[in-house]
Amino acid sequence: MRMLGTLTRADLAETINRKMGLSRAESLQLVEAILRHMCQAMSNGENVKISGFGSFILRDKNERIGRNPKTGVEVPITPRRVLTFRASQLMKDRIQQADM
Amino acid sequence: MIRSQLLQAIGEENPGLRADEVEKVVDIFFDEITQRLAEGGRVELRGFGAFSTRHREAREGRNPRTGGKVHVPAKRVPYFKPGKEMRKRLNTDPE
Repeated sequence: MRMLGTLTRADLAETINRKMGLSRAESLQLVEAILRHMCQAMSNGENVKISGFGSFILRDKNERIGRNPKTGVEVPITPRRVLTFRASQLMKDRIQQADM
Repeated sequence: MIRSQLLQAIGEENPGLRADEVEKVVDIFFDEITQRLAEGGRVELRGFGAFSTRHREAREGRNPRTGGKVHVPAKRVPYFKPGKEMRKRLNTDPE
């Protein structure tokens, strides 16, 4: 398999710039806007579902007792909201097919 | 929020773009991420999170209906780790 660097905002903007002919600045601004809107929705407690890609699902966790693994001291873990990603079947298939 | 609501929000902010252009931008965005994962790479979006793939060993599974053994081959599965800033924002009340 080819060794690849890490894909970043700049790479996404570059592809939009190349494929659509929008300016680099506008392309980057659009990448930021997509992330900002998804982030805002999740901050408001909404799940985000992108068909063909996957779902970002929020889960509320209750307080539980944890332990400092180094000292063994028990500490309460505060209740918190966590984010999980469930990939769409399409994404799973594309990844599996690439390896065959 | 679903995909169509994301398209609408981006469209409203960018009156200079046609609806089909907004759609194409959003499609490229998610497609490039999937493509990179398929190629074995990772995607890092600071503040938002990082996408990567994880290896799953082959295992013997069971067909829950018939109880028969089935071989599940090794595979890669997508994984997302939320960024620090995102985790923080999820736990602060929106003003």
